[in-house]
Amino acid sequence: MAILVNQDTRLLIQGITGREGQFHGQQMINYGTNVVAGVTPGKGGQTTLETVPVFNTVEHAVRETGANTSIIYVPPAFAADAALEAFETGIEVVIIITEGVPTIQMMKVFHEAKRLGKRFVGPNCPGVISPGLAKVGIMPGHIHKKGNIGVISRSGTLTYEVVWELTSAGLGQSTCVGIGGDPIIGSTFTDLLALFEKDPGTDAVVVIGEIGGTDEQDAAAFVRDQMTKPVVGFVAGLTAPPGKRMGHAGAIISGGEGTAQEKLAAFEACGVRTAKLPGEIPGIVKELLGSTTA
Amino acid sequence: MKIHEYQAKLILDEYNVPTPKGHVARSVQEAVQAAEDIGSWPVVVKAQVHAGGRGKAGGVKLAKSIDEVKSAAETILGLVIKGIKVRQLLVEPGIDIKTEIYLGIILDRASKGPVIMASREGGVEIEEVAKETPEKILKLKVPPTIGLRGYHCNVVAEFLEIPADARKPFAAVLKGLVQAFLDKDCSLAEINPLVLTGSGHVIACDAKMNFDDNALPWHQEIEALRDDGEDEPLEVEAREKKLNYVKLDGEIGCIVNGAGLAMCTMDVVKHFGGRPANFLDIGGGAKASQVADALKLITSDKTVNTIFFNVFGGIVRCDMVASGILSALESLPGFDYPIVIRLSGTNEEQAKKLLENAPVHLAKNMEEGAQMAVKISKERASA
Repeated sequence: MAILVNQDTRLLIQGITGREGQFHGQQMINYGTNVVAGVTPGKGGQTTLETVPVFNTVEHAVRETGANTSIIYVPPAFAADAALEAFETGIEVVIIITEGVPTIQMMKVFHEAKRLGKRFVGPNCPGVISPGLAKVGIMPGHIHKKGNIGVISRSGTLTYEVVWELTSAGLGQSTCVGIGGDPIIGSTFTDLLALFEKDPGTDAVVVIGEIGGTDEQDAAAFVRDQMTKPVVGFVAGLTAPPGKRMGHAGAIISGGEGTAQEKLAAFEACGVRTAKLPGEIPGIVKELLGSTTA
Repeated sequence: MKIHEYQAKLILDEYNVPTPKGHVARSVQEAVQAAEDIGSWPVVVKAQVHAGGRGKAGGVKLAKSIDEVKSAAETILGLVIKGIKVRQLLVEPGIDIKTEIYLGIILDRASKGPVIMASREGGVEIEEVAKETPEKILKLKVPPTIGLRGYHCNVVAEFLEIPADARKPFAAVLKGLVQAFLDKDCSLAEINPLVLTGSGHVIACDAKMNFDDNALPWHQEIEALRDDGEDEPLEVEAREKKLNYVKLDGEIGCIVNGAGLAMCTMDVVKHFGGRPANFLDIGGGAKASQVADALKLITSDKTVNTIFFNVFGGIVRCDMVASGILSALESLPGFDYPIVIRLSGTNEEQAKKLLENAPVHLAKNMEEGAQMAVKISKERASA
């Protein structure tokens, strides 16, 4: 079992004929993801990546192929439109990889998704992988291992670092979700913790946060109030100066709010165990799993 | 991106928000000329600098004569506010202040939409009001689906106890501010204070606007307002080379792929007793030219004595990164900083072979790498 993507995922790639769409499309196919269609307006009718049909519109692609999940690799100027177009079809989950989408555009995308009852992940994220079942993103597949740990993170390479630590320690993952580093994102820690809590294939969750916003604090309260499964928290940016954007558009301490210190304190106050170093995470996970099964 | 008060006021003008008719001055002489052009007393002389707390730092002064303008301009042009030297002034006619209001728009991450913040405690730092007396601040969400409506303006005016004769101009200011915020892709638009005058006028006496960097490609008119002179010179250089860099004040220069891992690397260096010199994300590619640019940038900060590369190879193969580092070092003859390299992930073994005979220290993981860098840095500092 897993969340968001699995063996039933029928993937549509928006921007499939672009450089990123081509490269990562092939990587996803190699991993075993069921890529059923691609969309690039004006390039419909072609076949790409050997067997994948390209369509001009998402509606046509869904009608012909039964695609139920979409991944977006289009440039920032077109990303909001691509997501909005997908929401109006039978696509249930949209994953936006694109970095650099204006926040006010994402505000409109967020509220439209809510109105139509659609789920999206990102933007500015590495995507979602359910090891052994489907990879819908840009993460290196081979560092993952099938298992029972859920991972949620605002970062890319830091997620790989933590996943690699887990895999090396023999701890496989049910699903790893990169939620993205922007101020407005489709799925928050809390949204995904709720899915992991219900997922019978997940026994513990690792949450990797960073400076900016209060998503980690909300997640901490959710774990305290609604979760039975153990959660381990990690927060990057203890040394980040206030007022400076640390790479990610959402990683900024503003008005003294959003510090790593306050997020770690919120985790601790809500009974979420925290790790000081990424290398400590597997040990804590093992300890918590041991104590729940004992 | 940040802009100056006088630039923000020019934007507000476009949205029919009344502002005092001021002049920018870059010298004492220009300030005097500006005061003469205004032709009435008093005038206000204000530092134009990308930092808050100007008032407290002595960057805002009232002047009632040419002599007072001269001395105010001289004093303020000599100030350094929060590390930034004041290079420009705004000289404005004094306003007959009856009431000072705070009015700000931010994008609220939790509700995913603009939020109006309003308070009668204008003219002071709003963070302090929020801390001491949060009940004095109204926070009103603007529903992104319907936008700002007349009744919103009325609710805000009611909370602020705006007198009847000023409600119409107040609503116009609020509408203008929200529209500017949305049209220009702001992350913050703030008027503090918004002044109600004795004669029933509503005037924005200060203005602050910050912009969403992601939206700048759509706003050439905003990009044109960028003032590199306000930023850390190394950060300006980094921006030109498309490197994601933030200067800190330590000795260990960090070069990392990915923003989250870059932040984490700084934290781990600190955890083991060292001081990171910077945040630097070289992104996924790690091409030789990029690595060379990063090395040059970091070592032009003279506090740096050690370099720590922390790269997790995912799609980008470690052996490619290793060759990138080697050719970068070849292109920088005489580069004599100790370098600690940690490369994990795809093709890690091939990468280690490539670097075997290179003058670098190889670490097997991030934590070991950080400890090595801290040890070397401390030895160099005491040498």
